[in-house]
Amino acid sequence: MTPAKSPAAADRLSEGARQERRLGWTLCAPAVIVMLAVTAYPVGYAVYLSLQRYDLRFPQLAKFVGLSNYGAVLSSPFWWEAFWVTVLITVVSVAVELTLGMALAIVMHRALFGRGTVRTAILIPYGIVTVVAAFSWQYAWTPGTGYLVDAAGTAPLTDHWKAIGIIILAEVWKTTPFMALLLLAGLALVPEETLRAAMVDGATRWQRFRLVTLPLMKPAILVALLFRTLDAFRIFDNIYVLTQGSNGTGSVSILGYDNLFTALNLGIGSAISVLIFICVAIIAFTFIKLFGTAAPGSEMGR
Amino acid sequence: MTAATNKRVAGWGVANTLVVLYALFPVWWIAALSFKDPSTLTDGSFIPQKWTWANYRGIFETSEFTRALINSIGIALISTVIAVVLGTMAAYAVARLRFPGKQLLIGMSLLIAMFPPISLVSPLFNIERFLGLFDTWPGLIIPYMTFSLPLAIYTLSAFFREIPWDLEKAAKVDGATPAQAFRLVIAPLAAPGVFTTAILVFIFCWNDFLFAISLTSTTSARTVPAAIAFFTGSSQFQQPTGSIAAAAVVITIPIIVFVLLFQRRIVAGLTSGAVKG
Amino acid sequence: MAEIVLEGITKRYPDGALAVKDVNLHIADGEFVILVGPSGCGKSTTLNMIAGLEDITEGTLRIGDEVVNDKAPKDRDIAMVFQSYALYPHMTVRENMGFALRLAKADKATITEKVEEAARILDLTEHLDRKPANLSGGQRQRVAMGRAIVRDPRAFLMDEPLSNLDAKLRVQMRTQISRLQQRLGTTTVYVTHDQTEAMTLGDRVVVLRSGVVQQVGSPQHLYDEPRNLFVAGFIGSPAMNFLHATLENDALSTSLGVLPMQDRVRQTLARENVPRELIVGFRPEDFEDASLVDPSRSGITFTVTVDVLESLGSDVFVHFTDPGGRASTSELDELAADSGLTDTGETGHQVVARLSAETRAREGQPIELWLNTLKGHIFDPATGVNLTHPEIVDRDAP
Repeated sequence: MTPAKSPAAADRLSEGARQERRLGWTLCAPAVIVMLAVTAYPVGYAVYLSLQRYDLRFPQLAKFVGLSNYGAVLSSPFWWEAFWVTVLITVVSVAVELTLGMALAIVMHRALFGRGTVRTAILIPYGIVTVVAAFSWQYAWTPGTGYLVDAAGTAPLTDHWKAIGIIILAEVWKTTPFMALLLLAGLALVPEETLRAAMVDGATRWQRFRLVTLPLMKPAILVALLFRTLDAFRIFDNIYVLTQGSNGTGSVSILGYDNLFTALNLGIGSAISVLIFICVAIIAFTFIKLFGTAAPGSEMGR
Repeated sequence: MTAATNKRVAGWGVANTLVVLYALFPVWWIAALSFKDPSTLTDGSFIPQKWTWANYRGIFETSEFTRALINSIGIALISTVIAVVLGTMAAYAVARLRFPGKQLLIGMSLLIAMFPPISLVSPLFNIERFLGLFDTWPGLIIPYMTFSLPLAIYTLSAFFREIPWDLEKAAKVDGATPAQAFRLVIAPLAAPGVFTTAILVFIFCWNDFLFAISLTSTTSARTVPAAIAFFTGSSQFQQPTGSIAAAAVVITIPIIVFVLLFQRRIVAGLTSGAVKG
Repeated sequence: MAEIVLEGITKRYPDGALAVKDVNLHIADGEFVILVGPSGCGKSTTLNMIAGLEDITEGTLRIGDEVVNDKAPKDRDIAMVFQSYALYPHMTVRENMGFALRLAKADKATITEKVEEAARILDLTEHLDRKPANLSGGQRQRVAMGRAIVRDPRAFLMDEPLSNLDAKLRVQMRTQISRLQQRLGTTTVYVTHDQTEAMTLGDRVVVLRSGVVQQVGSPQHLYDEPRNLFVAGFIGSPAMNFLHATLENDALSTSLGVLPMQDRVRQTLARENVPRELIVGFRPEDFEDASLVDPSRSGITFTVTVDVLESLGSDVFVHFTDPGGRASTSELDELAADSGLTDTGETGHQVVARLSAETRAREGQPIELWLNTLKGHIFDPATGVNLTHPEIVDRDAP
């Protein structure tokens, strides 16, 4: 909590406190300036661009058109298709990651031996470049090179539902470890003695997990969910490499990118960017409203 | 050992093996692909029938990949250094000092951590073209360090908070100015945390794809993930599969080295700030 | 070395909470002063204000001849020992102890010389090149002490320096600190919540409650003449026993019998216009096994049943239930909470008597006890004031 000093108290600050204040500002200034210059200003600029008709091929024709770009996007079936695909991918992959991540976390927490090995192994999907992993999956499912093609019938990446399934799989593989590590840290917060007490009280293994471990882990779970939901909603790399968004597999980020760099329509592209930003803000706001103090950052305020 | 414990050991053995397989098999698959001779590239097997270094030789022969590799390393390193330096300063202030506006800083970095990068791509594209930063190193370094700053501040302030408060008080009573307390007492203790943060930030920058394909147009600043996506193969009639696989393995090596050497630190860094709420 | 003077020192936090209120204290050069009180009484805040680690809201703080209110800790020339020791984990013992001198830009030879001398005094010579992590608790504590004495500061400030040690080591270190302070003659302010430490260490003890100084005096003075209920209950272990008393016909009737009063006390009570309901306090050693007391000594006798008997070899503590029930005031409630009494689920009011080892008291058996009524303290339950304190008794006495 930043103490809000009354003016009278501020006048009376000792040299030490004044020094502390000045040092605090000095130390934060560079980070704040960078973050403002590189995000706040461009976001404002994006909003401005989204109100323009701005085609990069004909920059001289740029002109203010009000909200019509938003009207065009929101009435376009492409936006809504991409939106629902993104929501589907987000919901399914986060749900699978939570379950699988919990299983991985329990293995890492409880295994009698080899925990170090498991943790090392699990960090590789986390650390690997998404594009690399995406290529690995792409080749696995591509007829001619892949080992998984036969399992899914011919050319699964060209089929709408199969392709979405593969995108989710690639996303889950890559990000479950991060989820698992966050959950592992949450598991470590559950005191062993509390679990023993539950054991003595006659709780079965499943009851101990459901009635003791899960409630105590709730903050960690919520933080992991928030991070991953926001992250999944911005999915881009995997889709770009696996399908390029063809056959109705594009996410909103893919749609925005295509409008900017394929259609070269800066106005529409910026409107999509702003809409995505609003979606993410709504997700974050909902999480923080729903879970209050469990949100990340509440701790940072001290 | 009793039969029951034997069974438990075996059970955990199976579980561990499954996890390791899960984590490694796509990596193994692309590595195997990179060692395959063009004639066996399509056999779909997990172990190359005919081993060859040809794919690696291929990518290092042209400047397309080597240039991208230099770009990747340079851009990621510079971004990491700047983000960690700025992040350390801000995180120290957040964790240790009382000053008005702290909440604002925390809120802002949280906001940026949640920010969808695509929302910044269009304005940055235009601004950077205007400023002449498009398709240059600074053009990528600037967004990278900005987007990794929240990660750096968040992780570092968690590390800083674990350094006992009393030490700084002790240093002050011992006659240190706040700056000396930072340099002589806090900084050495924070070094492991700073190092860990640097690894995480580096991985973040190394991993980026969206900015790399959006804010570059030639090989002068294109990083490896973007370059791979534009690979065309060494000849016009050849599929670039082998080259892509080889390049993919090359840029995975630093990650594997980091993970093997610093597993413990990375885990601590990733989880430090996240669970204390 | 210097005197430390606190004049009207007040600490108010930005949220309005008052941590320390109008503390006036003159600590003489070379004096060893203890600040004692339950947690949250403001003792550590006061120490931190002297150190410069917290701002002073109101009042004047002088060290030596200087007003230091607005000086940074580094400019106050004081050394501090922390409860957690606050040793720098990345430095060796030698570097830890020499850190302040290094900051003061002393030359290397001086640093080495002073560190080694301090290490010799504290028996740390062989550990000088080890890191704090490789030291035992007692050794770490000595390094923290060493870090303070190396500087030869104007004053030592100690914030519960012994509370992280186990009981036996704490007693040993207590004597060592005492000896060290006498030898160096450095002004020392020592904060503790442990009244035993307060009694054994200091020249003078300052008892604080809710940020307000309750009484200042030598340990014996506080023990013999507590100014109020709080000090009476806080100083002494086992604590003073408090009983309900009713003033009737110039005598005090309690659950243990009617207590006669000395004339002076009776006059004081008459003059002070006190309420009829009072609280009387007796220390455990004011009781004795009636069979071991010369019958000619004045006092009252009564019979109780022994609930618990603790034999310490030299003495025997006998616990019995006061049929009158627990006396209750805000002071006593706070003391009970501080000693953990409210947490133990104790319902009846226990009285503790300290008897000679020859007593024939047995658990569960009745015993006749004698009470030295001359030693009793009488308190006003509303104000907590000790009506038998000389300040009150002698006030405008004829």
